[in-house]
Amino acid sequence: MTANPTSRLAKRIIPCLDVQDGRVVKGTQFRNHVDMGDIVDLATRYRAEGADELVFYDITASPDGRGPDIEWVRRVARTLDIPFCVAGGITSGETAREVLHAGADKVSVNTPATQRPELVTELAEAFGVQCVVVGVDSLRDPDGIWRIRQFTGRPDATKALEVTTLDWVQRVQDLGAGEIVLNCMGSDGVRAGYDLEQLSAVREICRVPLVASGGAGEIEHFVDVFREADVDAALAASVFHSGHVPIGQLKDRLAEAGIEVRRPDHEGVTK
Amino acid sequence: MSTPQRPEPGARVALVDSGGTNIASVAHAIERLGSHASLTADPDEILSADRVILPGVGAAAAGMARLRELGLVEVLREVTAPVLGVCLGMQLLFEHSEEDGGVDLLGFLPGRVRRIPAVPGLRVPHMGWNILDLHRTQAPLLAGLSSGQRAYFVHSYVAELGEATLATTTHGVEFSAVVGDGRVWGAQFHPEKSADVGARLLANFLSPSIQETP
Repeated sequence: MTANPTSRLAKRIIPCLDVQDGRVVKGTQFRNHVDMGDIVDLATRYRAEGADELVFYDITASPDGRGPDIEWVRRVARTLDIPFCVAGGITSGETAREVLHAGADKVSVNTPATQRPELVTELAEAFGVQCVVVGVDSLRDPDGIWRIRQFTGRPDATKALEVTTLDWVQRVQDLGAGEIVLNCMGSDGVRAGYDLEQLSAVREICRVPLVASGGAGEIEHFVDVFREADVDAALAASVFHSGHVPIGQLKDRLAEAGIEVRRPDHEGVTK
Repeated sequence: MSTPQRPEPGARVALVDSGGTNIASVAHAIERLGSHASLTADPDEILSADRVILPGVGAAAAGMARLRELGLVEVLREVTAPVLGVCLGMQLLFEHSEEDGGVDLLGFLPGRVRRIPAVPGLRVPHMGWNILDLHRTQAPLLAGLSSGQRAYFVHSYVAELGEATLATTTHGVEFSAVVGDGRVWGAQFHPEKSADVGARLLANFLSPSIQETP
């Protein structure tokens, strides 16, 4: 795959922050959450390191049956001068409106879109497709076909659906998704690299921006996913939180590999 | 290197309540620069402001309908203070858009707005950080900025190049990224979300130098 010669649009690097009670947490399966720090402090740190965009995932909103906590969305919006997306608990136009009016640029819907696909259209019509991200949790079944999952925030509640990942991606685009985040569950947490095969297959049918999620462990994994799967952005959490993949170094390597990236420290803005 | 820009002391910034969802973010960006922006649809407040910002996310027809409904089309025509259109707000400054089957716009700047052409492999909306190419480096709105810097864009329609073009970006087609003619200015990208590049453009807009002829 080659980059489109008629645009020098940068490939985006997106750290994902799990939020609980206004704090960034790290943990798995809703247990043993480790406090990683204040949400604004961490957002500011990633912005300074050169992140292009941030995703905040309110991990308890959906299980608690509520919308995302608007108070921290406002706090982030006051400080952060790069785009950010809020995920978790967006189940209606009303919750989306609150989040967007508080200063978020995008909302991401995942399980609620599988329960009520019209939600995607409602959001696109009310706010424009550019605000509407659809998260797709996908896993390869024993028959070799990728299918989507819902309620993936809780392993005991996770449910496999009949619809194939490729059909679902096609459908949500038709409904008004402005961006797709493909979370490849088979590679998530393994740190052995993004699922290039699956991402490439989805890329073939995805005409809106595609964000790779799940599997980043090393800098080279990012080079691979941009080169091989032609995704528009790569999302990761733990490799950024741990400092294992420093964003500045990552972008230097991507630039060296001929991939368009934004390197604010090389741009020399006079303040 | 140009001198750092400081907002005019006590500058009152009127943020036109055009109904978009990015208004809080624009207000926050103005506040980060030490000025205060008030969200308003009040003609007197807009006419007496030191700076007027027309934000906007959404579609051209809805944006124009909202301005007409609020009686703000004439008000914006009468404003003598510098005006900055952001994203859709910038597009509204031109004459005509082909969005929504064709919409007449404010007509403050010559030129038309068109859809980004369909090119295989070219993603639309144009969403993300793209490169600025400065055509008029002496323009006060571009002080301290240079070609090669990136700003954050989110849009599917573009303003054609014309006499008001100060900087361009290319996504399938080369289009106006920053425009201006002395009173009316605009940025297709979101300065409020474009980190230091955007902050500098907004600081330039708030600075007294915006009213000096380059």
